[in-house]
Amino acid sequence: MRSRLIAFAAIAASATATVPLVAQTPPQPKSAADGIAEYRKMLEDGNPAELFEAKGEDLWKTARGPKNATLEACDLGLGPGVVKGAWAQLPRYFPDTKKVQDLESRLLSCMQSLQGFDAAEIAATPFDKGEQATVTALAAWISSLSRGMKMALPQKHPEEKRAYELGKRAFFYRGGPMDFSCASCHGEAGKRIRLQDLPDLTKNPGDGVGFAAWPAYRVSSGEMWSMQRRLNDCFRQQRFPYPGFASDATIALGVYMGVNAKGAESIAPAIKR
Amino acid sequence: MQIRHLTALALIAAASAHAQTAKQLDQQADTMMRASFREQGIAKLDRLNQDDAQKACSQAKPPSAAVTKKIEAAQMATIKWPAEGQYIGDWKEGEKLAQNGRGMTWTDASAAPAKNGAMCYNCHQIDKKEISFGTIGPSLWNYGKLRGVTDPADPAAAAIVKYTWGKLYNSKAYSACSNMPRFGHAELLNEQQIRDVMALLLDPKSPVNQ
Repeated sequence: MRSRLIAFAAIAASATATVPLVAQTPPQPKSAADGIAEYRKMLEDGNPAELFEAKGEDLWKTARGPKNATLEACDLGLGPGVVKGAWAQLPRYFPDTKKVQDLESRLLSCMQSLQGFDAAEIAATPFDKGEQATVTALAAWISSLSRGMKMALPQKHPEEKRAYELGKRAFFYRGGPMDFSCASCHGEAGKRIRLQDLPDLTKNPGDGVGFAAWPAYRVSSGEMWSMQRRLNDCFRQQRFPYPGFASDATIALGVYMGVNAKGAESIAPAIKR
Repeated sequence: MQIRHLTALALIAAASAHAQTAKQLDQQADTMMRASFREQGIAKLDRLNQDDAQKACSQAKPPSAAVTKKIEAAQMATIKWPAEGQYIGDWKEGEKLAQNGRGMTWTDASAAPAKNGAMCYNCHQIDKKEISFGTIGPSLWNYGKLRGVTDPADPAAAAIVKYTWGKLYNSKAYSACSNMPRFGHAELLNEQQIRDVMALLLDPKSPVNQ
């Protein structure tokens, strides 16, 4: 495992070093394309997300926080403590909080109610710092227990239907100095930004694509990203202001994309360039 | 009194959860957007304020023909044509701008056009030697050559030169819901930067037109 990761890191480093050069190196377009294909293939070999999964499982079962409790009584939608399959049905409506919640916002609720952490404080913490890192690791592990399952977000509760409608509106909301919405990049199949393929998120983009691939380990930044972080960076590139962690718009977008992806097989936590 | 009040509230809440009209949902979405973001660096909350063009193009369905026409006319009126009819700059600078995808995010220090790229390759093929190009927009390879531009200063080329400037300055003047940013209108690029991108597309010496 360890040697595999070291080999992987070496390959990733050499590949990331060559990719940006493509822009400046004029001839030999063939070898550059080959290099990128090779790099992509190597990415499939080892996924450092495994390390986060192991950490997440530990954190779930360890007594922590002001109440010194584990998260094993946390209800992710399928009953207290049921983790397997829970992620493939999130976001969903929770009667105890009377809210539609995605995985990350649900984890904040559980960490507050069971362990005594301050959910608002965690939401305001920068990514990868303090308890935010806990949420990311938990998300990696929880999603891994739905790997291979088909996305099946419930749409029975009126609040779940309302969240879908609001998410759709957020998806098409144009704004900012570049007039971008989510749909500018993700409203049509078969498009790219540079060499990056863009899934059409207005429908089911296929197994392990789009919503069914996050959380994911990002090789380019060497970080584990939850869906909340993925959306955060989308909005940065959309040139929008900063979306609150677990804010209503981000959760509604999760409902819209997740419901659209119904039947897609999850590969989360995936590995990305 | 208090109980009656609460019952009424519960009824309203129940009703609103069940039968939402499209208009109510539009309003709720607007409220949700405003409540979900905060400013960060140069990315202030006014970026959520939509102008008529952004608002009309914020649904899956494009606006009606009448609304489209109205938007395009209003956007056309915003275009500033270059000083002294100088449309063409340096294609080498244009290529640098086309390669540069930076600017205007909350991690950028300044919103000044001089700090921004034109990010053309993100969405367009331009010089064929660059294989890392996006496909959201059409290929611009041989842009000037295909349009018969052998001398951008020749009056015969005036129409295409003017159109290209207008498209770069405000794409929505020609297509109300275009995916392309309004580089001049939104002050993403200054006049000289637009000239340089113009040269990349239209200068017969530009690699794009070989």
